[in-house]
Amino acid sequence: MSQWVLSGLKAKIKTGIKTTRYPARPDRAPGVTPGLPVPRPVRSAHSGEGDAERIANRCPTGALDAREGRVDVDLRRCIHCFRCAREGSESMPWEGSYEWAAAVSPTAKLGHAFASSVHIRVVDAGDCGACLHEVKQLANPYYNLHRLGFFFTPTPRQADILLVVGPGTDQMREALTKTLTAMPTPRRVIAVGACALSGGVFGPSFACSEGIRSIVPVDIEVPGNPPPPLAILHALLVATGRAQSADSASRTRQLDAVERET
Amino acid sequence: MASAPLALSVPEEWSTRVRIRDDARGLQREIECRPEAVKPLCSWVIQTIGYAFAGLIVEEAGEWRLRYAFYSTEAPSAWIYIVAHAPHAQTRFSSITEVIHAADWHEREAEDLFGLVFEGHPRLGDFVLHDDAWQEGLAPMRKNFDGRRPPPLRMPNPDWRPRRIVSAPGAFGMPVGPVYSAVTESAHFLLETVGEDVIRALPRFFYKYRAVEKVAEGRRADDALLLAERINGLTAFAHGLAYAQALETIGGIEVPPRAATLRVFLAELERLRHHVGAIAELCESTALVVATSQAAILEEELLRLSGALTGHRYLFGLATAGGLTRDLPDAEVAAAAVRARDIVKRLDRLERRLVRTSSFLDRLEEVGIVTEAEARAFGLVGPIARASAVSRDLRAIQPYGAYRDYVFEVPREAEGDGYARLRVLFAEARQSLRLMIQALDRLATGPVRSADAAPIAGAALGWTEAPLGAAFHWVRVDEQGRILRYRIIPPSFVNWHAFHLAAEAFAFQDFPIILATFGLSVSENDR
Ligand code: SF4
Repeated sequence: MSQWVLSGLKAKIKTGIKTTRYPARPDRAPGVTPGLPVPRPVRSAHSGEGDAERIANRCPTGALDAREGRVDVDLRRCIHCFRCAREGSESMPWEGSYEWAAAVSPTAKLGHAFASSVHIRVVDAGDCGACLHEVKQLANPYYNLHRLGFFFTPTPRQADILLVVGPGTDQMREALTKTLTAMPTPRRVIAVGACALSGGVFGPSFACSEGIRSIVPVDIEVPGNPPPPLAILHALLVATGRAQSADSASRTRQLDAVERET
Repeated sequence: MASAPLALSVPEEWSTRVRIRDDARGLQREIECRPEAVKPLCSWVIQTIGYAFAGLIVEEAGEWRLRYAFYSTEAPSAWIYIVAHAPHAQTRFSSITEVIHAADWHEREAEDLFGLVFEGHPRLGDFVLHDDAWQEGLAPMRKNFDGRRPPPLRMPNPDWRPRRIVSAPGAFGMPVGPVYSAVTESAHFLLETVGEDVIRALPRFFYKYRAVEKVAEGRRADDALLLAERINGLTAFAHGLAYAQALETIGGIEVPPRAATLRVFLAELERLRHHVGAIAELCESTALVVATSQAAILEEELLRLSGALTGHRYLFGLATAGGLTRDLPDAEVAAAAVRARDIVKRLDRLERRLVRTSSFLDRLEEVGIVTEAEARAFGLVGPIARASAVSRDLRAIQPYGAYRDYVFEVPREAEGDGYARLRVLFAEARQSLRLMIQALDRLATGPVRSADAAPIAGAALGWTEAPLGAAFHWVRVDEQGRILRYRIIPPSFVNWHAFHLAAEAFAFQDFPIILATFGLSVSENDR
């Protein structure tokens, strides 16, 4: 067994601490996030009428909305297909951030009692495996969620946060509701990923809902397909009042910034 | 693609009652027959010709078309399809499960989703559609069922109880799931026991049923690709590629050489990342903390490498019919290969330490055994089959894309236990690196995508050796390029079928470890 202690120590000395500095400092390592499209203005000065529509029509999930010379993005629907970024001459600008989690209920924040130890029950409501995997990566030394006082728990009775991935399949409906009811109050629900927010490419259908909102009340939404670990971490920080929620207002601010640049 | 001529003829007694149609490109031979001939013909293909069963594809097109697909497991050669035609009013067919055990779940699925009955099948009902959630006879895959909204009527059976098999005195069943452990996919296992050992392990799946095959119908072919990628997000590229290859066969679309090479590079990068992740989970199941962390670090590095190289950590949005959606600069591909080589070196070191850790090996050796005979009977695929001495690898036996020109080995172990499966994962990771480096050497200049062509109506099968094993995607499109039928046969659907063999007769505490040595996807199975 001692070989493991040694090899663990050796690795630490050789490569240093790998754990992200986030949230103290932003993490800009390459590959930590797939990014998301940013709303953009489309001016008829250098592009003809209907250009905004043409860009918006490329989106397979209806995440892009063309109106009044600009293209808005509904992040809850974006599935990172990159069609709006890669195809055609006009493309959407892309941002490499990950602080995407938005509080959607007035009581999204848990009280101060939860600042140092928060237990999370994760429920898979039909995800493709990617969201769940990114959630799991949080336990990886690169993210080490324990350092921030977050713990996964197998028992709903000890859980403060219900973290749900997947679009909400019909056959998980009952298990999902039961898990929530078994949790003590106060409790919060975080919906992780485009499928959990909007049904993604799957829902709505006879077998699957248009996001888990129709099954359980949602407090915080994390867009992304899948959202990277840092985005999920951001959601947990928002839930405990340690980070600012992203919201539609900040989206508009970003739009202003893009407009100033162009 | 396969081109060897088919040196086989249908047995004398059937020759007047079947119609044989060979594809001009030598890809496939269709043997059309009446439903009564299916069973003898299928057993002839398996026993005399020695082909393996790939799956059952049911189509409803005014009549029923039941297509039984078979592939050669030796030299690359044409596929054989036994296609039974029957009038739409006929809903009873004879089961072939008795002669081909691998057909078991295919028939149960077709019963649930199409409302067909397979006479002689030992066990039908409560499979995809759970009896405590849906009424009998819903048949959602039928064309007249509108899949876009919930059915108007729901009549679940409130008295439904899981089937128990063990009836010895003192026997009890321990239900696990669908929500269990800390971070796991939703599935249910009923473990029956009379004491220490699991006597029967009855899995119940499809909690994650998203009806992908149904919702694909009517969608544009390029939009259904998004579904293909998301039946298992951890092996998205392999599934996207299998789907894209089906469309390429239908449309006669050529893939530019640069794209073919990059496809190999990306598919092997995905396999490497997947296997490292599977190794991490396996270490975690045995509570080996340092090893888990070390493997998890390597996995995250591969995810970041993938993200930085392609824009997406899980390689979404890259595969497309006719090539790739974007080019990757040579220098970045080379840098990725160098980093992957460093990661594999560290992976080798991890393996050397693991094989010296007797407490770890004790948990894996002679645990969760699947014998070679069982692997063959269940038609197992992928690393699990290869750990039980069945070395089926579609990259070698039915090469697709550029694989024909590459040099690699198909690792194989004989014991069929958890340790054999672990060794196969390590060995395959090394082979993937080898293939990535060969791909790097072959990078030609040129486009990565062929020009868009007008849609052509037709049907074809696309396949890849996904990280978990053979992935078959059968696609039929109309002349507008819309999906008429999309049938997905993923490796986890095939391999979960045999999971109980590994879990039975072992102690309770081995169950999570056996689960991890299988490392299968529930999402892909439930699709
Ligand atoms: S990336 Fe795809 S899903 Fe997201 S907005 Fe662009 S086109 Fe729509």
